[in-house]
Amino acid sequence: MDTTQIQTLGDELYQALTKRETVAPLTSRFSDISIEDAYHISLRLLQRRLEAGEKVIGKKIGLTSKAVQNMLKVNQPDFGYLTDAMAFSQGQEMPISERLIQPKAEGEIAFILKKDLMGPGITSADVLAATECVIPCFEVVDSRIENWQIKIQDTVADNASCGLFILGDQAVDPRKLDLRTCGMVVEKNGEIISTGAGAAALGGPVNCVTWLANTLGQFGIALKAGEVILSGSLVPLEPVKAGDFLSVSIGGIGNASVRFT
Amino acid sequence: MGNLTQTQIVELAAHLETAELEAYEVTKVTDDFPDMTYEDAFDIQWEIRRRKEARGNKIVGMKMGLTSWAKMAQMGVEYPCYGFLADYFSVPDGGEIKHSELIHPKIEAELAFVTKAELKGPGVHIGDVLRATDFVMPAVEVIDSRYKDFKFDLKSVIADNSSSSRFITGGRMAAPEELDLKTLGVVMEVNGEVVQTGAGAAVLGHPAASVAMLANMLGERGESLPAGSFIMIGAITAAVPVEPGDNFTVHYQGLGSIGGRFV
Repeated sequence: MDTTQIQTLGDELYQALTKRETVAPLTSRFSDISIEDAYHISLRLLQRRLEAGEKVIGKKIGLTSKAVQNMLKVNQPDFGYLTDAMAFSQGQEMPISERLIQPKAEGEIAFILKKDLMGPGITSADVLAATECVIPCFEVVDSRIENWQIKIQDTVADNASCGLFILGDQAVDPRKLDLRTCGMVVEKNGEIISTGAGAAALGGPVNCVTWLANTLGQFGIALKAGEVILSGSLVPLEPVKAGDFLSVSIGGIGNASVRFT
Repeated sequence: MGNLTQTQIVELAAHLETAELEAYEVTKVTDDFPDMTYEDAFDIQWEIRRRKEARGNKIVGMKMGLTSWAKMAQMGVEYPCYGFLADYFSVPDGGEIKHSELIHPKIEAELAFVTKAELKGPGVHIGDVLRATDFVMPAVEVIDSRYKDFKFDLKSVIADNSSSSRFITGGRMAAPEELDLKTLGVVMEVNGEVVQTGAGAAVLGHPAASVAMLANMLGERGESLPAGSFIMIGAITAAVPVEPGDNFTVHYQGLGSIGGRFV
C-alpha cells in the first residue's frame, strides 16, 4: 500500500472512533493489505489521537489465546497503543453511549514497568526484573469494523481493537506470585460467567510481555518505565451493554470492577 | 420412591459393573427402564459399591460430578451427582494408567478435600465444610462413562457411579484458611501443551459448596461423610479426551502439580 492509502485508512478509522460509527472491513476492500500495512495504518490512527492531545501511557497485547488465533488463522499475537484517554479507575463508570460502539470485556493482568525493556533478546527474567507490580484489569475491547467482521489486518489497523480499560486499585509484586497459575473469576451482574488462569495467554502473562518487547524491538520501539502493559485475556470475551456490572477477581492479586452506562 | 424391584436393581448393578470391569460400552439404563427414579439410580450405584466391598475392595473416597453450572444447564438437571472411589481407582502421581482397561477416558482437573470431622446433612453449608476440612490437595479424575459415546441422562450416570474410573492425587496440601479457594487457578497441560485453565469458582461458585452438597445429598439416604473422608469436588475445567501415549500435568496455584500418562 502507498502512504496516501495508509493515511486515508488511518484517518477513516480515527473518524469511526470519534464519531462512534463502524466502517466496512478493510480486508473486504483491499485484498492485498499486509500486516505491515495494517501496523502503519494503526500508527496513522495513533498520530491523529496524539494530535488531538492524547498521550501514550502503555501498550496492549491482543490475540493471545489459541482459540482466537485459530479463529483469525494467525499464529502470533498483535499489539496496540494505550492512551490516557482510554484509562479508567476502579469504581468509575464506563459510558458506552459516549465512548464505545460494540464493546466486549476481557479480564487481564496489567503490568506496570519500572525499567525500560527493549528487544531483541528480552527474556522472561528481564520482564520480571523490570516489572514494578501487576494489577487486576478489565480491558474493554471494541471494533470500529462493522459487526466485528475482522481479519488479522483489520484488527491490527484498528489499534488491536482496543477500546477502554479499567485498572483495579491493588498492586502486587510479581516476585510473590506464580503468574502462570493465578486463577481468574469473572462475574457479570452477580453471576459467575467464566474462569481461567494465567497460562491461558501464550502459556503465561510474562510470555506475552516478553513477546511484545521483542516484537517492538524490531521496530526500535521500547516498553518504557512507568508504562501500563495489558498482557492479554485469560477468559473468553464477554459482550457488554449499558447497565451491566462486571467484576474480575484474580487469585493472589485482587479485584477490579466496572459498571457500564 | 423406587419403581424397580430389588431383583432388577441387583441385575442392573451387575450389568453396569461388568461393563466397567471388562471395559465395554452399554446402552443407557433409562432406555430399558424409562420409569426408574433417582432413588432407583442411587440404589443401583450403592449395589455396585456393595458388590465391590463384598469382593474385598475398599472404598477410599467420594466424588462429585456435573458440578459446573454450564454442565448442569446443558444436561437440563438441577443437581450434580456423586459417586464413590474404590481402592483400585487410585493411581500414584506420575503413574501409568492403562488405557486398555478403560473405554473412552477423559481427564478433569479437580481439588480434593480431606476432612477431620463428620459432615452430615441436611443443612450443611460452606462454613461447616471449611471448619471440618483438615486440608485441601490437588486431584485429577479420569472419568469413563460406561455408556455409548459418553451420552447419558442424570439417572443413568448416577447408576453408573457417576462415570468414576481412576484418580490421581498429590502435590502440596494446604489448610483451607491458607487458600482463596474461589480464585485458586489450575492449568492443565496434555503432552506439554496448555489445553484448559480455570479457577475454583467454576465448581458451584466455591469448591466447598460441592462438599456441602455431597453431605446434604448423602443425608437424604441417612449417610454421612465421616472424619477422614477424601472428597473430590468435580471438574474445574472441561473434561479432555486422552489416548494411549498421552501424558498430562496439572498445575495448581500454590499447591504444586500432579501428572500421569496413559499407556
